[in-house]
Amino acid sequence: MSIISKGIEKIRSNKRILFIGYVLLGIALVSLPFLLSNTVGRTWVRILDFALIYAMLALGLNIVVGFAGLLDLGYIAFYAVGAYAWALLASPQFGLHLPFWAILPIGAGVAAIFGILLGAPTLRLRGDYLAIVTLGFGEIIRIFLNNLDHPVNVTNGPIGINKIDPIVIAGADLTRTHEILGIQFSGAHIYYYVLVLLLMITVLICVRLENSRLGRAWIAVREDELAAQAMGINTRNVKLLAFALGATFGGVAGGLFASLQGFVSPESFVLLESIMVLCMVVLGGMGHIFGVLLGALLLTTLPEILRSTASPIQESLFGAVYIDPEALRMLLFGLALILVMLVRPTGLWPGTTRKQLGNKG
Amino acid sequence: MDIFFQQVINGLVLGSVYALVALGYTMVYGILGLINFAHGEVVMVGAMVALATVAYLFGYFPELNPIVMVLIAATTSVISCMVLSYFIERLAYRPLRKAPRLAPLITAIGISILLQNLAMIIWGRQYKTVPKIFSFETREFLGANITDLQIFIIVLSAILMTLLLLIVNYSKLGRAMRATSESQRIAGLLGVNINKIISFTFVIGAGLGAVAGILVAANYSVAHYSMGFMLGLKAFTAAVLGGIGNLGGAVLGGLLLGLIESIGAGYIGDITGGFLGSHYQDVFAFLVLIIVLVFRPTGIMGERISERA
Repeated sequence: MSIISKGIEKIRSNKRILFIGYVLLGIALVSLPFLLSNTVGRTWVRILDFALIYAMLALGLNIVVGFAGLLDLGYIAFYAVGAYAWALLASPQFGLHLPFWAILPIGAGVAAIFGILLGAPTLRLRGDYLAIVTLGFGEIIRIFLNNLDHPVNVTNGPIGINKIDPIVIAGADLTRTHEILGIQFSGAHIYYYVLVLLLMITVLICVRLENSRLGRAWIAVREDELAAQAMGINTRNVKLLAFALGATFGGVAGGLFASLQGFVSPESFVLLESIMVLCMVVLGGMGHIFGVLLGALLLTTLPEILRSTASPIQESLFGAVYIDPEALRMLLFGLALILVMLVRPTGLWPGTTRKQLGNKG
Repeated sequence: MDIFFQQVINGLVLGSVYALVALGYTMVYGILGLINFAHGEVVMVGAMVALATVAYLFGYFPELNPIVMVLIAATTSVISCMVLSYFIERLAYRPLRKAPRLAPLITAIGISILLQNLAMIIWGRQYKTVPKIFSFETREFLGANITDLQIFIIVLSAILMTLLLLIVNYSKLGRAMRATSESQRIAGLLGVNINKIISFTFVIGAGLGAVAGILVAANYSVAHYSMGFMLGLKAFTAAVLGGIGNLGGAVLGGLLLGLIESIGAGYIGDITGGFLGSHYQDVFAFLVLIIVLVFRPTGIMGERISERA
């Protein structure tokens, strides 16, 4: 651990190595989709797109859980709100087709309002009481989405909304294949670049937030709410801001998900999804932005890797598929969660100096 | 009024089961401060093992007395759940006792996913129907129908809960449990074997959970590998509603949640003028939870925990 961090310190202090590192990272990020589609198949670019969306979600949840220490088990509700906001404003459902630049702030704003709606009544709750209320909130949102097809049809019920408009920038539909400089870019490729860009912005915002006055206030509240209050921090506003900002990221991610998939239904926003996002945050290293990114990428790609290997490996080992590959894949996934936590209780890549949430008493 | 009593009876049956499962959550929470997400899955395993045993006995020893059959199945199920829960605690929670608070939560989720998929591999994706070995009579009570099975569920749960309360409040073991939940360190210094007590708590909770699983399966005549998740969630909600860590609170919360759900489902349409249908049953339950917690942030019977410095 210390060797690694010392190594990182050494690299950080050397500007030239750092610059080369950034350039290499940039080249890797740009060429990754081509590498993937030429080696393991085109579907992987799409999987990567979803991984990036989840990374954005996980970063949003990290603000609430990792920075401010508020355990939120219903985070997917904001994702759902963002996705449905997008779906309702840019689909034949109401005949509205607002442009991308208009929906993005609306979706973010609506999600933020929902964040405050959830945050306001729960300010007095601590720890696990908060967890169960947020869980209930998530379920309430999902049940409403599932049933708001009558008496007035708003969400189309369990069927969901489809034919959602894709992102259109300068007249170019991003889900279609475009040819730029003689290279074919499929929709998944273009989305990948858009998402990488947005994720970079998200990371930047998160880093700046963490080092801001507000970020320090969050960490103070997380470590000891009473002491934070005594130091003059308005814990109510600080917590509400955590909920609202976390929800904003969730809302934006939800909107991107809706436009990428072209279809939303309540099925995508079940409790298990909230739990998965929480797993990404905790497994990666709560409160540490790059750890959370790692967690999100791992937990979105691992089930896909297991999906593509679960039945071939059985066939080569035993000559036939004995165990339902879908069940086997989730089984291994559960096992991986347990083992990683047992081996690294503070997450795969925890922040170096900070104490972790709730490590007191 | 008939419908009302019918809903009350349904609510009490549902609530008794919630209460049994909620006790498992609340005991573990009281001692470790851990949301044992895998508890719902243990309940499911209890139902599935009992069902498999009954099916086996029914297939190979059809002349056996049904009561003996059920007793054998129940014992098998309770014991296997206890063993399972013991190992879950030993392997997934104990090594993380000093880890950050959310680490055991993630292993609990991992165990939950693991058990669910294991059950799916072992017992398949289909709904398992409970073989008809008993025929239950339906009685009239205040204009509502109640079957013998429902009476049995309520009575058995009440007996088990009373037994648990007696153990926790009056036995030496119970005193050790309460001491451990106050402070593990001090209890340890005073000669309580902490690890044993924690294991015991998990085992007892699993036993109650297994019984609850069997009762649910018997009541609805089906069992399914995914039945534990929602049941566990509701039971945990009930435990929080009553004040988590408090045994009486878990019982009260369970019964209350059962009643709210069934009465809410029966009347929600009338209250809202037909705007919201009975699909909103869960919304109703969670809304009550949120409202209760807004006014009593530590649940109905929860103690006011002083702010820890």
